[in-house]
Amino acid sequence: MNGVGLHKKLEENTGLLIFGILLVSAIGGLVQILPSLFQDSLMTPGENTRVYAPLELVGRDLYIREACSTCHSQQIRSILAEVERYGPYSRSSEFVYDRPFLWGSKRTGPDLHRIGGKYTDVWHEIHLTDPRAVVPDSIMPAYPWLAEREAGADGDIVAKLTALRTLGHPYTDEDIAGADAALEGMTELDAIIAYLQMLGTAFGREEAP
Amino acid sequence: MSETAEYYRDRVVTALVMFSIIWAVLGMLAGVYVAAELVWPQLDFGQPWLSYGRLRTLHTNGIVFGFGVSALMATAFYSVQRTSHVPLFAPRLAWVVCYAWQLVVLVGGISLLMGVNASKEYAELEWPFDIAITLAWVGFAVVFFGTIATRRIKPIYVSNWFYGGLIIVIAMLHIVNSLAIPVTLTKSYSLFPGAQDAIVQWWYGHNAVGFLLTGGFLGMMYYFLPKQAERPIWSYRLSIVAFWAFTYSYIWAGPHHLHYNAIPEWVQSLGMVMSLILLAPSWATMINGIMTVSTASEKLKTDPALKFIVLALAFYGLATFEGPMMAIRSVNVISHFTEWTIGHVHSGALGWNALITFGTFYFMVPRLAGRPLHSVKLANIHFWLALAGVMLYILAMWGAGVSQGLLWLSLDELGELRFSFTDIMASTAPYYLLRLVGGTIFLAGAVLMAFNLYMTMAGQATVRVSPPSVAAGEAAA
Repeated sequence: MNGVGLHKKLEENTGLLIFGILLVSAIGGLVQILPSLFQDSLMTPGENTRVYAPLELVGRDLYIREACSTCHSQQIRSILAEVERYGPYSRSSEFVYDRPFLWGSKRTGPDLHRIGGKYTDVWHEIHLTDPRAVVPDSIMPAYPWLAEREAGADGDIVAKLTALRTLGHPYTDEDIAGADAALEGMTELDAIIAYLQMLGTAFGREEAP
Repeated sequence: MSETAEYYRDRVVTALVMFSIIWAVLGMLAGVYVAAELVWPQLDFGQPWLSYGRLRTLHTNGIVFGFGVSALMATAFYSVQRTSHVPLFAPRLAWVVCYAWQLVVLVGGISLLMGVNASKEYAELEWPFDIAITLAWVGFAVVFFGTIATRRIKPIYVSNWFYGGLIIVIAMLHIVNSLAIPVTLTKSYSLFPGAQDAIVQWWYGHNAVGFLLTGGFLGMMYYFLPKQAERPIWSYRLSIVAFWAFTYSYIWAGPHHLHYNAIPEWVQSLGMVMSLILLAPSWATMINGIMTVSTASEKLKTDPALKFIVLALAFYGLATFEGPMMAIRSVNVISHFTEWTIGHVHSGALGWNALITFGTFYFMVPRLAGRPLHSVKLANIHFWLALAGVMLYILAMWGAGVSQGLLWLSLDELGELRFSFTDIMASTAPYYLLRLVGGTIFLAGAVLMAFNLYMTMAGQATVRVSPPSVAAGEAAA
């Protein structure tokens, strides 16, 4: 049977066509994507990689709510200019507690993977509330509402930590029991700054790239 | 039931076309607004729902899932009946799919403005929407494949392979990429962590572009281009080879979104090689389309629908050449994270997806309404507005992207960075303004089309068309 003859069978049988498409399109994923899901090195935390504290986790979820990754990447590529600008390049071991990943695909603003410790809390407070007060040319939106809302307002922090523990994040019973208290008196602005200040700190700035 | 009472179920097609046009205008309006926010950041007026991050997510979702998928459903339902010579299978289910989909886009869009966001690109809707999408998609599959299974013509026509590929592969990608543990109704955590999540997401993200925005719209091309040109497809063999090569090779290309990122290098390299290979089936399809229309040159001068479809094919060729080039690591070093990516996406989304959809709507709506297009002149004006808009847009983004990419990497003789990030950002401001102008012109064209098609359809009931009788069916394809 020649190629056209073989194809005649496929294009005259709905079931065969569906099966054919599924089979042909699945191969790439099975060979290239599936092995990564079982690769230990992509799941093993680095020496200093730790889970997010409750306030930092709330901050991270706010970063997601405001879609910060639309304009900010968290991925320093292994390129000289990039390492000079942002710090040591990103390692997979630093992201094992990131669900979802927030590497981003666009830098309208700068990369934030190693932003932690680079500016003071007060700088971040001003910058998030009124970016042009500290960076005159900035086109970043202002986020005045962050200071007005309580970090624990959603009341779901215990549920969040419990869900993450189910996925293997090493939160202790004490962590979970104390989660609500950790958010007490904190605003959303405090939470997002706590998150920004710990970003990328698992890998010391002083360490050689 | 007598043969004469049988007719194509086109009312649901009319409804889907209408919804698609509404989403096109709203989605592009959101796009123009966020483009303006990049020039004047105060335009969000301190309102969370007008904030750039939320509105930009609404823009991409409104265009891909509102405008794009509604158009794909409309054209798939229209063409599958005519290439199978039977009315839609389960027509009531088709209506359920139509309204369920519009509800997902509407409520999902509102949830994005409220800040409910799963953060994975082109998969931002949270888990309840993911489940609703899956159910609606299964309904879409039942109607589409049910119609094919009950067809009265032996071969399944080429366009249906592509629509079939769209339905099957998107289902596979959507289900795997959406796997997550729900915390509350509006929050979930991905089943995959960090680097693995990135690899899965770009397997999804790249192939959502591949099988929805490329493959799905190629289905549109394979039916409506030969119809409007009144010529058969140039090479049937080429369409077979291109279809299977496309379906096989596209799925490997995702990791080119993660060059020099923290994922295994062999995955990146394989992604790059397969991206280059992908050029062959992509261009084979373009050549097949262009050769089909090559002998219909007289019509190409006068007919707006055909002009839109052929121009779309040219942009398809441009974008599918540019894509593999950008997947080469040494080019990607410059283009990644810059406006070049945005330019590339829009040469595809505006130049290819939107233009072929416009052409197809100019073809379909007069037939659905049973009277000629309200104004051919307006359609021609739309054509030139669309071309000017997309050209300005992508030229602005190419300029901005290439300069960003080079300036970010620029080192002086001592190996120190030459420019600060803020300085480079400030230098892109004129490009952003030019992009806003291009986008606004493109939107103006789409509004003209909405008016023109509304005037064509207003007051008309969808025409009832019967399938050819079985004997005639063998002769006419």
